[in-house]
Amino acid sequence: MLTVLLAIGMLVLLSLVFGAILGYANVRFHVEGDPIVDQIDALLPQTQCGQCGHPGCRPYAEAIANGEAINHCPPGGQSTIQALADLLDVEAVPLDGDHGTETAKRVAVIREDECIGCTKCIQACPVDAILGAAKQMHTVIADECTGCDLCVEPCPVDCIDMVEVGVTAKTWSWDKPQGIAATSLNIIATDRQAEVVH
Amino acid sequence: MQTASIFSFHGGIHPAENKAQSLQLPLGRPSLPSELILPLGQHIGQSSRPLVKVGDSVLKGDAIAINNGFLSSFLHAPTSGTVSAIEERLIAHPSGLSDLCIILTPDGKDTWTTLEPLNNWQDISKTDVLAYLSEMGIIGMGGAGFPTQVKLQGAHKNPLTHFIINAAECEPYITADDMLIREKTLELVLGIEILQHLVEAENVVIGIEDNKPTAIAALKTVLTQRNSNIQVAVVPTKYPSGGEKQLIQLLTGKEVPSGQYPADIGILCQNVGTCVAVHDAIKLGRPLISRFTTLTGDALNASQNVEVLLGTPISHLLDYADANPNALHRLIMGGPMMGYTIDSPLVPIVKTSNCILAASKKELPTPAPEQACIRCGMCEQACPASLLPQQLLWFSKSQEFEKAEHHNLFDCIECGACSYVCPSSIPLVQYYRHTKSSIREAREANVKSDLAKQRFEARKARQDAEAAEKEAKRLARQKAAPSKTTDAKKATPAKAAPAVAEPASDDSKKLKVDIAIGKSKLKKLQKQLLEAQEKEHVEDINSLQLQVSDQEKTVASLEAQLANVAQAAPAAEATPAPANDELKKAKIDVALIGVKLKKLQKQLDESPDDQELKDKVAGFEADLKAAQAILATLGASAPVASAPKAAANDDLKKLKIDAAIAKAAVKKVEKALKKAEEINAPEIDAIRQQLQDAQQRADELEKALANPEAATQTAETTTAKAESVADSANADAAKKRKIDLAIAKAGIKKAEKNIQLLKDQGKDESEINASEWPKKLIEAQEKLATLESEQPTPATAKTETKAVPAEAQAAADMDLATQIKKEKIAVALAKAQINKLNKRLENSPEDTNSIRQEIDAAEKRLQSAEALLEKLIHSQTNMQENR
Ligand code: SF4
Ligand code: SF4
Ligand code: SF4
Ligand code: SF4
Repeated sequence: MLTVLLAIGMLVLLSLVFGAILGYANVRFHVEGDPIVDQIDALLPQTQCGQCGHPGCRPYAEAIANGEAINHCPPGGQSTIQALADLLDVEAVPLDGDHGTETAKRVAVIREDECIGCTKCIQACPVDAILGAAKQMHTVIADECTGCDLCVEPCPVDCIDMVEVGVTAKTWSWDKPQGIAATSLNIIATDRQAEVVH
Repeated sequence: MQTASIFSFHGGIHPAENKAQSLQLPLGRPSLPSELILPLGQHIGQSSRPLVKVGDSVLKGDAIAINNGFLSSFLHAPTSGTVSAIEERLIAHPSGLSDLCIILTPDGKDTWTTLEPLNNWQDISKTDVLAYLSEMGIIGMGGAGFPTQVKLQGAHKNPLTHFIINAAECEPYITADDMLIREKTLELVLGIEILQHLVEAENVVIGIEDNKPTAIAALKTVLTQRNSNIQVAVVPTKYPSGGEKQLIQLLTGKEVPSGQYPADIGILCQNVGTCVAVHDAIKLGRPLISRFTTLTGDALNASQNVEVLLGTPISHLLDYADANPNALHRLIMGGPMMGYTIDSPLVPIVKTSNCILAASKKELPTPAPEQACIRCGMCEQACPASLLPQQLLWFSKSQEFEKAEHHNLFDCIECGACSYVCPSSIPLVQYYRHTKSSIREAREANVKSDLAKQRFEARKARQDAEAAEKEAKRLARQKAAPSKTTDAKKATPAKAAPAVAEPASDDSKKLKVDIAIGKSKLKKLQKQLLEAQEKEHVEDINSLQLQVSDQEKTVASLEAQLANVAQAAPAAEATPAPANDELKKAKIDVALIGVKLKKLQKQLDESPDDQELKDKVAGFEADLKAAQAILATLGASAPVASAPKAAANDDLKKLKIDAAIAKAAVKKVEKALKKAEEINAPEIDAIRQQLQDAQQRADELEKALANPEAATQTAETTTAKAESVADSANADAAKKRKIDLAIAKAGIKKAEKNIQLLKDQGKDESEINASEWPKKLIEAQEKLATLESEQPTPATAKTETKAVPAEAQAAADMDLATQIKKEKIAVALAKAQINKLNKRLENSPEDTNSIRQEIDAAEKRLQSAEALLEKLIHSQTNMQENR
């Protein structure tokens, strides 16, 4: 009987000691985890266009963290949805067409001789990508423009165009090979190779 | 000359060499083609910037494009001739895309420009030599086309143990370097010596495969003759021993760590072609304008090496090498392992083109279809970079980019050895290339989105800070209001006394600031008072009234001082200007609203069921009407004559101001009285009398104020009375009028500013009209008009007349300028409208007629606006000429 009690007593003591150590370690070596909103925000394209129905990407990140669907961001497109799905461990769904469709990358271009210098576009641009002053000609810094479209509507003389950024030799990238199914009807590839080996 | 020790590297393959074909004929020199196509992006990094225009004639060796940033290069004319175009042309690139090229039409004379060799290269600084090399357009001619001077600069990071000259040329078919060594042995050695002078490495080694005995022999002869300490390392033939990292491993036994460059471990590699180009540039002054290229493949009857001018179209070379178009199956730029297929023979030779392979179908059959990976591990055994190709394939297929990177995907040199050995004919390299470019794209997108985020957040922070600052200022003002008043009260007697004695000695600027602050406080208090009165908060009303009158006094006294100090200031303002501005603003408003309306109507046309849109349109129509109404009123005459809806509230305010002025007068007289008492002046009685009068008037006003309903009728009489009282008082009448004028003007300004503010906040016209400001504006203008119509006192008159001539001219100028601007805007708007209408016309063919009519109307408007604009500009120039 005594042995049993002793054993129980010892175990209780040990568990208390370890519990205390673990508790201390938890406080002492606490690691500040990346809050989920930051992680989601990092995956969003930061176009700040508001097509998702939120005033910018971060608010949408917060909304996603609170359970909104992950397929409301057209500029991010399917790849962003995939990344979000991976992060949140949910099913990747197709882009919600109500919020717009995925378009090729574009930048705004101001037809400068038509600009009346009203500064309305400057006020609309979420990333300060437009340069100009009252009654002066305005222009877009193409490298900073996210192609969000927000400056087009406010322009009273409609002199802003969204221009597609085409692929150049420097930005071109290799296609993915078609894979097995697409190319092959011959099961045994070497059969055909045998004919042409020289 | 010494022999170097040889190590080995992992993997590698032994494909059929096929080098003999192109070595049977001696070096060829093709004729001049009919045009040379010189892409501006022949190297890694930024494309060069053209130095020539279309139509310019250039001599052979003239620079035609300049480097564009750090990682960029010069470009030179390969022959003399004229620049016939600078345009997009197909370039030699796996994408088959076009890029900007300078097109040179040779004149056939091939005249060299004056060549200036760098004879003193041993004496001048190495940086200057590097800059010279950059100006000669020298880039690495073996692989990616890395600007040589950048690579040499990078080599200075660490002391160099090895300077390796890459003559391995391991890829099948290619013999250009072999031929170059045979033809230009001495130039090569001299070039190496120059480079060695620049980098000062401990060992200089030429790495060459043992399948080039002739070249090796030639090299050895020259080196022995020159008694050079350059070593020749003959390496066994194995693909890809010519890979930079592989050759380093072969010659030094050292491995370049993943993600690092050879320079990081004290090694520099240069291609033989580059060494010869360096020699030509420094010793002969010749820029890089030609290169050795192998023309080979079964489809050519005369396979050979050629020394070819850059920019020569490949079709020209195919003709030269007697190509058999029927046999030609695939045209490859580079070798069969690392090269890429080009779709068109029109692409030009560039600085990095070492081989054109015109392969027959038998030679390079279409790749067999891809089969599933059988995990045989042959790719791993072949990989010279010791990677795990099948793992990489797996990650590439499933787009697991992180894992692919983790397995050192970026160490893959895309040599194709794995694809070559794969029994399942999987195009492994293509998978890796795709994955690499996807990762790169994602990285770039990340950089961009980070930047966008930064900018977005910076903007938000700025906006928040601005808002917070405004708020803080507001709070501070609110807080400071009571204490400031007492301060001011304390300060006023002290200031007022000298102001009377010596009027010009005060700091008028400070006063103005004080006045502005005081006035805005006053406005706020008055507003609060009004609110309190509306809500019948009795206690509030009393305390607020107290504060208001205090504040009014402060302002009045400050203004009195200011008037003393700067007599000319208040009257000098040109009154028509604000009115004109108003007019202009109103007109623009009308135009803008019109455009908006049109936009909405267009939308409505497209979706007629949208109730929201309809509402919006209706709203805008109302706005438009309102704006037009304003325009009409403003247009009638600058200071508007009638404001029928001046509410009792506004009268009340006027009354209050009058009361405050009266009170101020009382205060002043009291003060004067005190002073008089102090010095026992004889006028005491007269002043007492004045005090009584003033007090009476103040009481009267107070009464009127307490009884707002009666205010409307009494206001006029009281004002008159107050004025007469004030006149009779010691206060200077002219001063007072000036103050009134200033107040009225400030009122106008303020109202305008507030209206503008509302507009800036995006309120539309109806909201602005709903606010009190337009009314106030009109009221203030009215007051100003009355004040001005009253007989101005001599002082005011004098200043005003003085100000007039200069100002009238300036005002006229301003007028014209603003009118011109306005017309310009009108023209722009009309144009935009026409554009829009035209667009609409395209979209909706049904109501063509109505749209046509609109377009006609808009065009008429445009014409008249343009005509007016012309007239205005004309008169402006006239005016300027007359002056
Ligand atoms: S739609 Fe996408 S890019 Fe646009 S604001 Fe929303 S999250 Fe940002
Ligand atoms: S310039 Fe226009 S399209 Fe570009 S980021 Fe600014 S608002 Fe968006
Ligand atoms: S292509 Fe890349 S993975 Fe394949 S063998 Fe060459 S280095 Fe290795
Ligand atoms: S060689 Fe081809 S089949 Fe063999 S393991 Fe590599 S990828 Fe798979």
